[in-house]
Amino acid sequence: MEIALDWITLHQQIIYIVILSVFLGIEVIGRVPSVLHTPLMSGANAIHGVVIIGAIIVMGKAEEGNYAALILGFLAVLLGTLNVVGGFVVTDRMLEMFKKKK
Amino acid sequence: MELNILTLCYLIGSVTFIIGLKMLSHPETARRGNLIAAGGMTIAILGTIFLYEEQGLRLGNYTWIFAALLIGTLLGTLAAKKVKMTAMPEMVSLFNGMGGACAALISVVEFEHLMHQTRVGQAAGGGTLLIIFAGLIIGTISFAGSMIAWGKLNGSIKDFSFKGQHIVNLIIFGAIIVLSGYLIISGDAAAANLFYLVLALSVVYGLFFVLPIGGADMPVVISLLNSFTGVAAAFGGFLYNNPVMLTGGILVGSAGTILTILMCKAMNRPLSNVLIGSFGGGVSGSAGNKDQGSYKEISISDSAVVMSYAKKVIIVPGYGLAVAQAQHVCHELEKLLTDKGVEVTYAIHPVAGRMPGHMNVLLAEADVDYGSLLEMEQANEEFPSTDVVLILGANDVVNPAAKTDASSPIYGMPVLDVELAKLVIINKRSMNPGYAGIENELFFQPKSSMLFGDAKSVLQQLVAEIKTL
Repeated sequence: MEIALDWITLHQQIIYIVILSVFLGIEVIGRVPSVLHTPLMSGANAIHGVVIIGAIIVMGKAEEGNYAALILGFLAVLLGTLNVVGGFVVTDRMLEMFKKKK
Repeated sequence: MELNILTLCYLIGSVTFIIGLKMLSHPETARRGNLIAAGGMTIAILGTIFLYEEQGLRLGNYTWIFAALLIGTLLGTLAAKKVKMTAMPEMVSLFNGMGGACAALISVVEFEHLMHQTRVGQAAGGGTLLIIFAGLIIGTISFAGSMIAWGKLNGSIKDFSFKGQHIVNLIIFGAIIVLSGYLIISGDAAAANLFYLVLALSVVYGLFFVLPIGGADMPVVISLLNSFTGVAAAFGGFLYNNPVMLTGGILVGSAGTILTILMCKAMNRPLSNVLIGSFGGGVSGSAGNKDQGSYKEISISDSAVVMSYAKKVIIVPGYGLAVAQAQHVCHELEKLLTDKGVEVTYAIHPVAGRMPGHMNVLLAEADVDYGSLLEMEQANEEFPSTDVVLILGANDVVNPAAKTDASSPIYGMPVLDVELAKLVIINKRSMNPGYAGIENELFFQPKSSMLFGDAKSVLQQLVAEIKTL
């Protein structure tokens, strides 16, 4: 019990961020017309590509000779980039089509 | 100073994600929203590369990082530019899998790092291990699941299930939890290889999780896996105490979950049902093959005539249209009829196509006017005054059993009331039931006529026929 409470106090900032983000996500999505569901899913897909930041940190911290870490980190950055770049480009392509309608 | 700039970069990143998602919810601002989010992401990434420091040390290995970034950007752009509009869902699924794999790899490297540094669990503390495991498990499940979803959507993987599969799934899931719980609490370095057992079990769970689910349910699965990856990214945020990863990940996690629930509602399927992966095989048995009488066929030329002389025609596009890639011909037909003075609109069921809203994207690609797309409620008001309804490869979304037959698996799902129109022409490849495996009594009603064939070739013939009239 005590440990749990300590943990909450120690990480209260993060806990606040998480809770507020959860509600924000729900609110932002709640009013989307179904027309935009696919582009939205794709856009959200690109946004969770932020994992790439973790991958960059892993990669950047890896010691020179540690090939396992270097290779895995390289792969992680590569896959993360695919997620981010591919996600945003695909979304843009979808939305481009809505654009020209008058 | 530089760290303060990094903090600012991350703040910009988080805010652009929120604004981007918000703008993505309106047709006029959507494209700009996407670009804004992309801009924020770029700032956050560049900031991390050049400004991040840990215990006073900058990041190294720039060659490796930039090589990976360059290759990823090239491949990603190429794939995203080349993909056909109809293949969009599997592309999203593939990119989602990449993100999941990325999260899992981070966990693997960080775990190894901990192992070499200290005795597992000691200096690190259970909290860090918990986060590493959570990232590993969720990321891996998301990766494996997305790969299967991708394979299913492009047709290379068939449905697969065996008896008692959900019990096996539950056992695997239980094993994952118990093993990781043991490692986290004991911090036993000797048992560290169990980490890879957890990894392997997560892969298997991801596979079994998606394999039995039918193609029509893939949208729900992709949306769910999308939110999984978001959560995995958020755990990365915990690990590095990184606010952009945290906000970005959680935003997508909660938004994705809501989107998943919305889709399940539209299909009248409890999420738990999709989660346990029971739908694919379970229902077809109870539906049976009741003999519902006979249906009648209509010829291409008759269809062309009734549509040309109708006042009002509503087209109901479905999965079959997407598969046949017939959206361009469909628009041609619409233009021809409009030139003849027929009022033509499209009735879009929320789950038409291969993903919610996918049909709208497909029709938009074929230059169909945004204003002629009716949402379900509008369309249902229009049907009674409609002369001809042309159904193109849709089945479950027009099945009246959803309103009348309480024993039907889709009972309660909102459907398009096409039977209120004066004449219903149904284009299908054969009399086989749709994805849900349910007979559709609509086909046997006196007002209905079947027009068999691949949606694209049927539409091409219709267009040719109407031109000669």
